[in-house]
This record gives sequence, structure tokens and C-alpha cells, in this order.
Amino acid sequence: MKLIVTFSRKAGKKPIIAQVVRETGVLINVERAQIDSSEGEALIDIPDETCSVVKERLSELGASVRVLEDVISLDENRCVDCGACISICPQEVFSFDENWKLVVNGERCVLCGRCIEICPQRALSQKGEG
Amino acid sequence: MEKTIDLIRERIRDGNARVVTAEEMPLIVDELGEEGALHEVDVVTTGTFGAMCSSGAFLNFGHADPPIKMERVWLNDVEAYGGIASVDAYIGATQKSTTREARYGGAHVMEDFVSGKAVELRALSTGTDCYPRRNITTELLLENLNQAIMVNPRNGYQRYNAAANSTDRALYTYMGMLLPNCGNITYSGSGLLNPIMNDPSFRLIGSGVPAFLCGAPGMVIGEGTQHSPAGGFGTLMVTADMKEMSPDYLRAATMTGYGVTLYVGLGIPIPVLDTETVRSTAVRDEDILVDIIDYGIPSRSRPALRKVSYAELKSGAVELHGEEVRTSSLSSYRRAREIALTLKTWVGEGKIELALPTRRIDTTRSAHPLRETVQGPRVLDIMDRKVISIGQDEEIRSAAQKLLKGETNHLPVIDESGKLVGIVTTYDISKAVVNPGKATRVRDIMKKRVITTTMEEPVDIAVRKLEKHNISALPVVDREDRVIGMLTAMNLGKLFGGRWLK
Repeated sequence: MKLIVTFSRKAGKKPIIAQVVRETGVLINVERAQIDSSEGEALIDIPDETCSVVKERLSELGASVRVLEDVISLDENRCVDCGACISICPQEVFSFDENWKLVVNGERCVLCGRCIEICPQRALSQKGEG
Repeated sequence: MEKTIDLIRERIRDGNARVVTAEEMPLIVDELGEEGALHEVDVVTTGTFGAMCSSGAFLNFGHADPPIKMERVWLNDVEAYGGIASVDAYIGATQKSTTREARYGGAHVMEDFVSGKAVELRALSTGTDCYPRRNITTELLLENLNQAIMVNPRNGYQRYNAAANSTDRALYTYMGMLLPNCGNITYSGSGLLNPIMNDPSFRLIGSGVPAFLCGAPGMVIGEGTQHSPAGGFGTLMVTADMKEMSPDYLRAATMTGYGVTLYVGLGIPIPVLDTETVRSTAVRDEDILVDIIDYGIPSRSRPALRKVSYAELKSGAVELHGEEVRTSSLSSYRRAREIALTLKTWVGEGKIELALPTRRIDTTRSAHPLRETVQGPRVLDIMDRKVISIGQDEEIRSAAQKLLKGETNHLPVIDESGKLVGIVTTYDISKAVVNPGKATRVRDIMKKRVITTTMEEPVDIAVRKLEKHNISALPVVDREDRVIGMLTAMNLGKLFGGRWLK
């Protein structure tokens, strides 16, 4: 399961993800992170059953946590099943079914945004951002 | 045995014709043999759906009152060519909007028309005795036009080379996004369903032959522009009435970093007259080979990385330099298949009537490159021949002195043999001064990845490098990587007012 963790760094550079790993023993996989001087956002992947404990501990340490679910939205009316998105996705989110229809496996997405940028039909967007 | 077109037409009329798609044909030939397949199958339908930039439409708007000779014409701010009589224009698919740039273009105007949306026509004129009006603005629906006739100069490429990128930067091309270090391969085309691939000798595809075009019954006009059948890259010029088209098979698209294009659906039914037709329509993806071209080389003659079949491309991954590289199609095989199936119904129902070419298409031609009589500027024409360089073991301080003395901002760094190994800029030195760390020598602060140019390189290519990498100078190197000049943003000033602008 993927979580988006946002944290402020104004109170100091606390290694909160490392701390959660040590305390909970959960192996957290950081898939993407963007951290500047005042705040940071990390996309982490954890085993489903550890979700509540990790989420709770991160929140206690001052981070805000959001579960990431099917974030990529495909406009079926716009998509023509060309497949331009397939090979550029680092997470292999896209594939064809046996009838050459595009299949989106959104759980793997790490929100890099590349597919949204290059879709020739502009059929892909981030959910909630239209 | 041979069959006549009349026999096939008669079978269609009587409801006895067997019409199959080009995808079904190889299996039928496997099962029945060539003679058996000739006996059994009357028509093979084909289809392709992909980006075809060379598309557009002739539009006739009707006369205004008072009348205007529309000299310059815009549709939703996309300029259409108005140099044809007074109220005709040709809207080309790749023309960009003057207000929305790459996000909207001629292809979008065409899709909006076909989708039933209103499009704003704006036109200007100098005014004449017979056409006194000087400007007009009005909203039009497709049904308000007298004619909207799609005429695509170059569609249905027989096959198209696949694309990859060997450089260390992502490229945004008309072949889509190409990841660095050959990280992906893109291709276009429907392979065994491709119309010309099913009749590569143009025995049955030619002028006057019926076609499916963007959902409308249309026609092949003849050879397309850049038609190059000798090398296996034939093209077709096709036409149909836009008023009968469907947005399912006519789609505006934007290739990020390249611009607007139009996805066109095209299919041609092929009457099976003899065993040669049986053989050509039994073509398989395995038989159709293309090169994987390296788009990292900014030249017309880009090198081929390897040959590949459509079967490999469609499998989703291709081996390149010993690694499995994922592929992306840019055309839609699903829609290509739908087109072939729709054509099957059309032929069966008599919606289009089969015909033989009224004029054959040339099968020997090959397209040649542009004849250029005036050579554009090359790096050697404007580069600085005075090069101030520095060794990698010298102190940062002496680099600063050299920069000051040479009145330059860039110092190429060379090794003992004179080869380029890095570059130091005034910025790098300022940084080293502001954050004094362990760095004492040039090698500690130099950038090792240097973007270079050569004397023979066209200036436009060098400028593209400056822009893409956000830098302001390129060392000019020879074959041995020795620095023989510098090209800086300042040198580009020589292009203005000089002989290159005449």
C-alpha cells in the first residue's frame, strides 16, 4: 500500500521515516521524495497489514499521511488505446489486454506524472485534479 | 484460377461473398492453401489508426453579404490557407493556434467540426470592387459549410521505422517520448493490417479505389507525397467527406514537445483476384521489418540500431544491446482492427462498391531529400578560434585569473594530451569562493560532463544544445576531442546583420 507523507521541516530536520522504521520494525520503501528547506513530501510503500501502525506513528511525529489509491484517472472517451504511456512508465502501470485495450494498474503508480504529460490524447489525469 | 472483380461484386450482391480481415487471412491460407483461400475468400479488409500529420481539409464557407474575398483565414485562431479563390480554405492538421500554441491546432478544428461543435471563422481582406468587405467573424457548424472535404496528402504509410534515443537525455519527438539510453522503443502502424502491406505492388490499391477514412466512405486519390515504394515506404493520398466522419476515427492529438497532429483511421478493402493477392494479403507481422532509428542523432540520416519485425514490436519488448527494452505503439491496434471489421460490414452490406484502380500507382519511385542551394551557417563560421584552456591540476585561483584575463566565462579543462576532460565557469569559481571547502584544484570543481559541438555542425543544432541544456557555451572539439574553438551565446550575435540573413 502506498502512502503520501507530508512533513514540515521548520522544527528541525528530524529523520521521522527512519524513526518509524526503527520503532515499528516495518520495512518502508521510499519510492519518491521531494524535500526542500521548509517541507518535504515522500511517497512510501508498506505492507498492507502495517498500514494503521505506520500511519499512526507518522502522525504522532507530526507528519500528515494520506493513503494513495488509484490516483491515475483515464478518460475512456478520450483514450484511443494507442499505448504511448506503456513504455515510458517507470512502474509498468499500463498494459494491453488480449484485445489491445489499455489496462491501468493504478496501485503501482508513484505519481511521477510522465504519462499525464505525454498522453497524445490528454486522456490521463491525476484523480481529484481533473 | 483467377476471379474477376465482376464475379466478386456479384457474390457481394447475392450475399454469398466471404469477406475477412487481413488478420484472419494468414490462418485461412495455412488451413486451405493458396488455391483454396482464393476459392474461399473474396475480399480482405485492412485498417490502420494512428498519427498522420499530413492531413487536412478543403472548406467552402459560402459567400457573405456584402461579399468578402477571404485572403487570410483563421478557424478558432488556427490559420487556414486562404489563397484559393474567395471563400475556400485548406485547414492543415499540424497548424498551431496563434493563441493556444501546441495545445490546439488544425487537427482540433477538424475534430471540433466533426463532433458538432461551433468553430469561429475570422477572415481578412484588402477589399476589391467585386468583394468590398474587409473582415468577417462568424460562428460555424460543420453543417453550415457547403463542403468540408478531407484531402490528406500523405496517409497510410506502408510501415514506419521504430524510434529510440541513445543520448543521456529524454527526447520529445513526433514518435513520442524517448527515454535516455535507449530506455524505450516507440513505433507506429498496424503491421499485418496495414493497407499497402497487403498490396505492396499496388495492383489493387490505386486511384478511385474505395476506402474507409475517419468513419466515412472515401476514396484513394493516388500516390501520397513522399511516396517511396522502392524502399517499402509507399504512401497514399486519400479523400472523403468530413460531414460523414466520426470522432471515433478522427482525433486531434498533441505530441508533447513536438506539436499537434491528427489521428486518422484508414482502411482499404482488397478484392482477392488471384493467388498473388492471396499471398500478399496473408502477410504476417513477422514478415514486416523496420529499422529502430536513433533519434538522438540530430541529422536526416539517423543511424539504425537494429532491424525489428512488427511481431517483436507488438510483443511489448525488444532486445537491444543485450537488454530487454519495452515498446510503446503510438497508433491504436484496437481501432485498426475495428476499422477492418467495419469495412467488412460495409462491403457485405454494399455500403461501398469495390473497384479496380482507374490509374495505377508507381511502384518504383523513391523519395529523395531536399536539394539545398544555400547552406546555413555552421559552427566554424561563427566560433571563437582563440581558446583559453586550463589543466585539471591547476589551482582554482589560476583558473580565476585566466577567466579574468581572457574576458571569458568558460574555461575548457584539458588533460596532458590536450583532450577535453571538463569545463569550469565563473559560476563554478564563485561557488568555490563562497563555500570554501576542500576544493583547491580545478579538477575538484569542474563539470566533467561537457556538452560539445564540432566545426561542421549546423548552428541551429548547436543552439538547440545550448537551449536544451540551459548553458551558454559549447567547446568545439575535433575528432580527437581536442578543443579547437568555443561557441558562446555571444558568437550567435554574428548571425544578425551578417551574410546569413541576406
